[in-house]
Amino acid sequence: MIAFKPVLLWSDLLLLLLLAAIAASGAWASRQEHLRAAWARVGRSRSGMAAATLLAAFVLVGIVDSMHYRTLLPGKDGKPGAYSVEVNSALDALLAGLRNRTEKTYSAPLATHLYAKESVEGPEGSAAGREFPRLKHGGAHLGAELDRHSADVAASAFRGLALGLAAWLPLAMVFAILKRRRPGTAWEAVSATLLTLALLGGPAAALAGGYHVLGTDKVGQDVLYLTLKSIRTGLLIGTLTTLIMLPAAVLLGILAGYLGGWVDDLIQYLYTTLNSIPGVLLIAAAVLMMQVLIDTHPEAFATAADRADARLLALCAILGVTSWTGLCRLLRGETLKLREMDYVQAARAFGVGRLAIMLRHILPNVMHIVIIALVMDFSGLVLAEAVLSYVGIGVDPNTVSFGTMINAARMELAREPMVWWSLAAAFCFMFALVLSANLFSDAVRDAFDPRMSHR
Amino acid sequence: MSLLKVRDLSVAIGPVRPVQQVSFDIDEGETFALLGESGCGKSMTALALMRLLPAGGRLTGGTVVFDGTSLRELPETGMRRVRGGRMAMIFQEPGTSLNPVMTVGAQIGESLALHHGMTGVAARERAETLLAAVGIPDPARRVDEFPFQLSGGMKQRAMIAMALAGEPELLIADEPTTALDVTIQAQVLDLLAELKAARRMATLLISHDLGVVARMADRVGIMYAGQLVETAPRADFYARPAHPYARRLFAALPDVRLRGTALATIPGSVPSLDRPLCGCRFAPRCAEAREICRREVPDWTFLAQGHAVRCHFPATGARSSGVPAPAGESVAAEAPAPLLEVEELRVHFPIRRGLFRRTVGHVRAVDGVSLRLVRGRTLALVGESGCGKTTAGKAVLRLLPATSSFLRLDGQEIGDLPESRLRPFRARMQMVFQDPFGSLNPRLRVGETIAEGLRALKGRGAEARVGELLEAVGLPGAMAQRYPHEFSGGQRQRIAIARALAVEPELLVCDEPTSALDVSVQAQILNLLRDLQKRLGLAYLFITHNIAVVDFLAQEVAVMYLGRIVERGSVDEVLRNPRHPYTQALLAAVPAIEPSEVAPVRLAGDLPSPAAPPAGCHFHPRCPRAVDTCRASYPGETAFSASHTVRCHFPG
Repeated sequence: MIAFKPVLLWSDLLLLLLLAAIAASGAWASRQEHLRAAWARVGRSRSGMAAATLLAAFVLVGIVDSMHYRTLLPGKDGKPGAYSVEVNSALDALLAGLRNRTEKTYSAPLATHLYAKESVEGPEGSAAGREFPRLKHGGAHLGAELDRHSADVAASAFRGLALGLAAWLPLAMVFAILKRRRPGTAWEAVSATLLTLALLGGPAAALAGGYHVLGTDKVGQDVLYLTLKSIRTGLLIGTLTTLIMLPAAVLLGILAGYLGGWVDDLIQYLYTTLNSIPGVLLIAAAVLMMQVLIDTHPEAFATAADRADARLLALCAILGVTSWTGLCRLLRGETLKLREMDYVQAARAFGVGRLAIMLRHILPNVMHIVIIALVMDFSGLVLAEAVLSYVGIGVDPNTVSFGTMINAARMELAREPMVWWSLAAAFCFMFALVLSANLFSDAVRDAFDPRMSHR
Repeated sequence: MSLLKVRDLSVAIGPVRPVQQVSFDIDEGETFALLGESGCGKSMTALALMRLLPAGGRLTGGTVVFDGTSLRELPETGMRRVRGGRMAMIFQEPGTSLNPVMTVGAQIGESLALHHGMTGVAARERAETLLAAVGIPDPARRVDEFPFQLSGGMKQRAMIAMALAGEPELLIADEPTTALDVTIQAQVLDLLAELKAARRMATLLISHDLGVVARMADRVGIMYAGQLVETAPRADFYARPAHPYARRLFAALPDVRLRGTALATIPGSVPSLDRPLCGCRFAPRCAEAREICRREVPDWTFLAQGHAVRCHFPATGARSSGVPAPAGESVAAEAPAPLLEVEELRVHFPIRRGLFRRTVGHVRAVDGVSLRLVRGRTLALVGESGCGKTTAGKAVLRLLPATSSFLRLDGQEIGDLPESRLRPFRARMQMVFQDPFGSLNPRLRVGETIAEGLRALKGRGAEARVGELLEAVGLPGAMAQRYPHEFSGGQRQRIAIARALAVEPELLVCDEPTSALDVSVQAQILNLLRDLQKRLGLAYLFITHNIAVVDFLAQEVAVMYLGRIVERGSVDEVLRNPRHPYTQALLAAVPAIEPSEVAPVRLAGDLPSPAAPPAGCHFHPRCPRAVDTCRASYPGETAFSASHTVRCHFPG
């Protein structure tokens, strides 16, 4: 028997399908000359390429975190062991050190002591009073030489910087060669972003060996580890929800705008009705129903991860169902305008079918709205997840997400002294994720707008 | 002593230099016209005078002296007193230059409060006086109305009243009548002429229309590619234009005398202004260009009193007024079978109100139009905007559902065919649209656009024909791979024509195909349409408001007013000998480049709403001949010849 068994969660499968679809359309686009030219324009945009690099880093973390497996437990008495009920991902394996080194409770970034005082016993069993106890793992290698702390941190950070730089140099050389070969593409932006990542990641990696770089949370889990795990949840909620909502919004919006009449009335009534139901209630009802379904059918879910995953997907679905109305309304309005354009009239004069007109003349001309709405929604959805998690109808408590992190940190902001690192970490990562998605989609939109391409 | 002295004015917007070294003077009470095609920098010159350049634009050189003060050195606060006070501006589009949420009175009051410190009752009274001065009836009521309650012509009058509120010494009018119909344009031009005479106000008129300039200007300056190339007193300029560009512009005007010949066109296009240019800017397009023109920038040559030209070899003779027309086109013997027959075409749009969207009335956009068109001939449908001519054109192609009609193409009834059985007929009738920017899908390459009809109606072999079609309309076949935004307006219109021609139609409905284009480009398109007609025997239903184009291209004319045809006949019958008072007024309203002594008939008022047309003859509220009969009954048809018929009780 092999030492581990790969597990394919439903969300992993959807993510794989999404990646396959992107790869396939990429392959198809590379054979279309004008699409290739448009993507080359994306390549010329410095901010676009920098954002793409950062986004790729996030996606890479997300993908590594989506490769799930169950380990083989050692068998007893020669019998083959069973597979563990715990589903881990490749990221868990990579970050095993971070995952396993849990403390008792809060500790500040790079701290050697806990953040809360505890009663400790003196050498002879007498109460020695309350003090900040040493961490089990953070700075454990220092032993008693606590005065070496700053010097050690500095040395580690410096070592990390050097390592990062060393890792970056060969990459930089590759990009320099690429730049020489295709001077138009903004490889220097990729290179610079990678340098930034290396200079931030190197020290973090070096320090993570001995310290909790971003501190620990209430139950002592490493915040850096939690943040990295949150990326997959954020990406999934952002992309899968969009996948559910997009076809409905685009299809119904264009149908309502172009066909008019009773189709328009029907679709308008549909989204007006849906909009007038308080969204949180609808989501709460759906998520609770899903929870009941999960609870009453334990046999369908082999592991806790399966259950959490089902709940995540249900959340994506219900967020998708409630969030298509805004985009749909925008698209309907735009289609009403485009329907009267002369080129649509000209196509009608040729007897071109309605479907063909919608696909060739309407859809490409509303794509800019779709892309803008997608990016806006992406950040909105990541935030919505946080709010819902607070109400208790968000992701499964076992799932790590930016939402649960922010929610946990929210209460500690009132505490004196403040616990700021969970929130700051979640904020920084979310900010970087949303910003890079924004900048990238900006570059894509500009490149695909034929009116802008002469710039 | 001139009121405004502009010397070597230059403007830059980023790398683009839309105005370069423009110099002119305007005297008190004088109208100076800046004439030029779109993009020549005439509007930018006006904005530079007002220091209202768009973001990124700046004055890079020159001086502007207004009544002894240098405007370039004035601080912004001082400039604000000049703007709207001593110098006022009116804009092209009356629809967007008034604030829709403020009453007309409040908008005039703004200027009164700023420049005269007038508020309350005094301001209101002044606003009423101003509205009366610009000829708005019932000013006491209009002062409290919002812009949407006014018609286009009224809005432009209100705009002029706002400009007058500051008692300006110089009025800058940037294409003040371009967005208006000819009869309304005539009213507004009359008003401007009156105001100028009454107030001794200097005017800087910016226009592309040789007719408007001929009617209004005392002196003319003609601009090309950011430079002033000729200045002259009006009479001198119209008699003896000296710059080859000016001469070409005159030759490009469609005219009845040129019927049957090709219009002169200007090859090539205006040079791009974002790179340094050497030599004469017009040299690449000039037929008379010589070596020196390409090398050296021409200096001003003074020809006569006040007539100067920037050309190495200015023309001296009088402008030839066109080649004499070949003695009447051999009117083809009346072909027996008409290609298109339309009888009693009606397009009524329901007006719905209330909760249950009940129909409470109809907009009678087209109300009983009958047309007959023979192969190889052109029928012009003439009328002002809102008269229903475009709606009629689209209904003929069944792009709009007709309320009732008998529509026959080549003898076959197509008025009530379902869309599926209409498809074979779609290939036989096509349309060319007005706006070259709206008629091409910006996301499709030109080749795909042209191939669309082929693919929809003819099946295979689309791609092979695209290059051929592009060459047929005078564009290189290789351009099929480009996107529409890379083309100029004229080129786009060629592409739109190629798209229509792709399916080999017999009938082409042209909906004002040249009204958005410059004169020289219009000439190219008109020549192309005529060549195609000769070569392919196309029939054109040509929808337009431009009488000169009708005269040049059409054989028959139908004049539309408020959804109905009021007069029809051959071009000579209708244009030379109009019988309906509306046709007469329409023809008289067209500003001619040759001044005439006859006092023209001016139409008062605006086009009534087609939702509630006046009882009896639709035209009676504006008609100088109207009597009680006209108010009571719609006139029947009076025939003057086999082809010439008029619907009027008292045809003149």
